[in-house]
Amino acid sequence: MSDPKIDGFELKPGFKGMASDTGSDQTMFKGVHWGKAMMWIFLLSDTFVFSCFLIAYMKGRGSTPVEWPNPSEVFALEAFGVPVPLLLIALMTFVLITSSGTMALAVKYGYERNRKMCGWLVLATAIGGLTFVGMQAYEWSKLIHEGVRPWANPFGAAQFGSFFFMITGFHGTHVSIGVIFLFIYAYKVFAGHYESGKRGWFTTMKGDYVEIEILGLYWHFVDLVWVFIFAFFYLW
Amino acid sequence: MDNTGQINDKDKKPEGSTHKIGIYLWIWGLLFVLSFFSYLVDWYQFQGMLRWSLILFFMFLKAGLIMAFFMHLFWERYALVNVLLWPMTAIACFIFLMVAEFEYTLFTRVFYFFVGGGA
Repeated sequence: MSDPKIDGFELKPGFKGMASDTGSDQTMFKGVHWGKAMMWIFLLSDTFVFSCFLIAYMKGRGSTPVEWPNPSEVFALEAFGVPVPLLLIALMTFVLITSSGTMALAVKYGYERNRKMCGWLVLATAIGGLTFVGMQAYEWSKLIHEGVRPWANPFGAAQFGSFFFMITGFHGTHVSIGVIFLFIYAYKVFAGHYESGKRGWFTTMKGDYVEIEILGLYWHFVDLVWVFIFAFFYLW
Repeated sequence: MDNTGQINDKDKKPEGSTHKIGIYLWIWGLLFVLSFFSYLVDWYQFQGMLRWSLILFFMFLKAGLIMAFFMHLFWERYALVNVLLWPMTAIACFIFLMVAEFEYTLFTRVFYFFVGGGA
């Protein structure tokens, strides 16, 4: 947690505070660790990338006169001999939300300097993310076996495949990168890097549990993007 | 993480402390319930405006909860919150532009496919 007290400067709440923070001739984000501000700026740019994908998908789906494949049927899965609509996607959603919750708790325990709890929760988050990626790999291979290609598919409008692989692929890449970092940071927490003040990534500054919050921001963002993909691609 | 300058506010904690575990568990539970509801929208095969409005309603609720509490935006100062949220207006504008665009594209396609464009 960063120290939000700045000498000779009064922090005001609300929009007045925003105006005085912005015009203070000092750092604008009072009490926000630079790494956290940078992560937010990165996530904002990533928001634009995913928005462009989803808007392109909206335009592609809206402008084709060919019938769009029914996602409820395309993504159905047999369970006990009965086709259940969107079963795998629902499970993936729950896995990702579970991992988001463990991440939020990891941040909390990190700030309480509860090393063991924090480490186990980051590890649990990583395993949740890994499960998600595994399920997505299964989903991809199933659809590829059924003949879905970026240029054609047996269910309807040809654009379906390209949007599906592009959007879920880009999201899956984000999850995979997140999983790698979660494992690394689980190690760093267990090894006590934030107690000993071992220096962080590409910096001479001392490591601190704020890094877990920054990692958490990224992971929650991945979950956030999935909320939109789930709504627009799978449910719509 | 905690916001200062608003320490007197009842919902917000004094600096140096973390948030109670209860708030995280509540949000977590709510996210599960909302996801389950949005899955039910598909399960019961609601169609048309009812389907779309329900999907959007649950989507925005979930996104809002994640951003406000899991990403701590509720406790951040407005200088950061506004920098993050205002650019979304540009995305909203882009969406409206592209809706107009796809309607026009669909119209021209349907027109020339079925009516024909021959002189």
